[in-house]
Amino acid sequence: MRFAFTDDQLMFRDAMADLLANECPPEKVRWSWNDDNGRDPSLWAALAAMGVVGLTAPEASGGLGMNEIDLLPILTEAGRAALPAPLLETTAVVIPLLAESAPDALAATWLPSLSDGSAIATVSLEGQPFVSDAHIADLLVAERNGSLFAVPGANLRLTPQTSVDGARRLFTAEWDEADAELIASGEVAAAAVALAFNRGAVAAAAELIGMAERMIAMTVEYVVARQQFGVPIGSFQAVKHHLADAELKVSFARPMVWNAAYALASGEPDLDRSVSMAKCFASDAAEVVARKALQCHGAIGYTTEHDLHFWLKRSWALAASWGDAGWHRRRVAALLLD
Amino acid sequence: MDMRFTEAEEAFRAEARAWLEANVPHGLPSGDTHEGFALHVEWEKKLFADRWSVVSWPEEYGGRGASLWEWLIFEEEYYRAGGPQRVTQNGIFLLAPTIFEFGTDEQKARFLPAMAAAEDLWCQGWSEPDAGSDLAGIKSRASRDDAAGGWVINGQKTWTTRGAFCNWVFGLFRTDPDAARHSGMTYLMVPLDAPGVTVRGVERLDGDEGFAEVFFDDVFIADDLVLGGVNNGWGVAMATASSERGLTLRSPGRFCAAADRLVELHRRLAATGEHPERVASLREAVAQAWMEAEAYRLATLADVSGMVEGVSQGARASLTKIYWSELDVNLNETALRLLGPTAELIEGSAGAIDGGAWMKAFEFSLSGPIYAGTNEIQRNVVAERVLGLPRK
Repeated sequence: MRFAFTDDQLMFRDAMADLLANECPPEKVRWSWNDDNGRDPSLWAALAAMGVVGLTAPEASGGLGMNEIDLLPILTEAGRAALPAPLLETTAVVIPLLAESAPDALAATWLPSLSDGSAIATVSLEGQPFVSDAHIADLLVAERNGSLFAVPGANLRLTPQTSVDGARRLFTAEWDEADAELIASGEVAAAAVALAFNRGAVAAAAELIGMAERMIAMTVEYVVARQQFGVPIGSFQAVKHHLADAELKVSFARPMVWNAAYALASGEPDLDRSVSMAKCFASDAAEVVARKALQCHGAIGYTTEHDLHFWLKRSWALAASWGDAGWHRRRVAALLLD
Repeated sequence: MDMRFTEAEEAFRAEARAWLEANVPHGLPSGDTHEGFALHVEWEKKLFADRWSVVSWPEEYGGRGASLWEWLIFEEEYYRAGGPQRVTQNGIFLLAPTIFEFGTDEQKARFLPAMAAAEDLWCQGWSEPDAGSDLAGIKSRASRDDAAGGWVINGQKTWTTRGAFCNWVFGLFRTDPDAARHSGMTYLMVPLDAPGVTVRGVERLDGDEGFAEVFFDDVFIADDLVLGGVNNGWGVAMATASSERGLTLRSPGRFCAAADRLVELHRRLAATGEHPERVASLREAVAQAWMEAEAYRLATLADVSGMVEGVSQGARASLTKIYWSELDVNLNETALRLLGPTAELIEGSAGAIDGGAWMKAFEFSLSGPIYAGTNEIQRNVVAERVLGLPRK
């Protein structure tokens, strides 16, 4: 038994954190809010050059051949930085799906270019109303009527949908089957879809943990510096208890997310339950932390001039994506009680 | 990351499971009454006889030298088998780690085997009428008696769990009244049958005489009952307090077993077809409570993974204490909501479901956020020592 990351995994995480500190400071997130396209190819190229984008792709396809446990700390850093890029869609969901379930020729077409960052992928499963980053996607992996299709980005008819998180880019996407290639159908597709959904949920949970940790750190910094009545507001017990509650929520969601990544990587039989526990707890934790962070920042946090709202809004969005806390809690209830 | 136990650990689990299934007593009365306590002590002696009472201790003191992982496995199996809460817990989980760390060889030999055998039964004397969360405010005094080679104790301890049934108390006493608040205290071990000790039982919220007040009136103890040195009591006591707040007192096994029983209760009530709206409306609440126990189990696995590599929990132990105590309340509250109007029926009532055990457990759980440092104090500790907020 060792429920912890390896030194190598933590070094990779630190390298990711360093890269994002340079390439994705809050100014980059603000730029993404204000830019029409909102995506910086040089940032994606930097992530690809470090191996992050192709992390889950087989080595034969130019990837690192790593698993969901290796990816988890990387995604947490992406959340911490509020990274405006489709790492979840491309690296956590689409690349492993193509590697496992696509016909060889199709996988060979896409995996090398996705791994080296020259192509970008996104995903749309049934029940998910919006496709994120479809405007920059070279490939959409989409579920339709129980089958999975690969749709070239050029063949998508997109209608933008505006998210509360201005750095997110959401669309409704229409496409014709004649313009798409079949990845899988029947039971193979059903299994691939179920796994893709679980991977997306765990990846979102990992990002939510990073976002929550960042919001706590920002808030601690603020309440230590901010003085009222002649003392730091962080010396007031009411403020301390808000932050202690926030730390409590994250501290007991975090091991749930690790456990779900482990379940994915090792194919545990209770995978669905582990995944739902993780997403449920991470969503709840991020929402509580967001509220506490805003409350402790007071009025400055209620402006868009302050950076906090990048994380508030991303956490609201991700908490509701890939199944919100209620959906996952109901899935756990069904698995336990029925 | 590898969440499998070794073959040796699984063999240990199998051995523990087999023994527990064959020996765990069912239907014991509360251990917090005179009659019940005696029966629980019999169970503790049985555990000791087959070396299951203190598995993590070295063999020379009655244990099995079990690793931290094996200890967790044992606890999981103990509660899965329906084992009762340990009436020896203040000794084996709180005092013993302190004796192992601070005790002399003579003290270890004198106290540990008798504790493991449930011959010495220990309660803890922290709180006083004017010193609860503010533990450094204690006033009970121990004065030096050089001629007799010992200490003379005067004062009062209170909320002493199972004080009315135990024969020893450990606690903090002020030995230098002129020293600063956190100095001048000494950790002493006192026999409750010593002349000058008076114990008065106090009925707790759940109706059991589980509490006691302990009065000391010129009680003499010899020097060999000082643990960890004169005027070092605060540091010694903090070592014990972190055991209580952290891992050792509250293994996940108890909560996971209770969470499984809650799931079983929901299934049982759903199967009757009665009160379908109430039962259906609580599905998510039951799942939430079960998940909280699971989160605690997983967090413990992460903590222990750090501990075996030498990373101490430190002030994060306060997060642990808040979490287990609040999940325990939520678990039992959820069960009471499932029971609806029958929830109020207690032990001895013919209509009570599960013998009124859920209300009993709920009442017991309500002590969790209060004892071992209230959760308000723990939240201050988290804010100041985990997050770094200013004390003032």
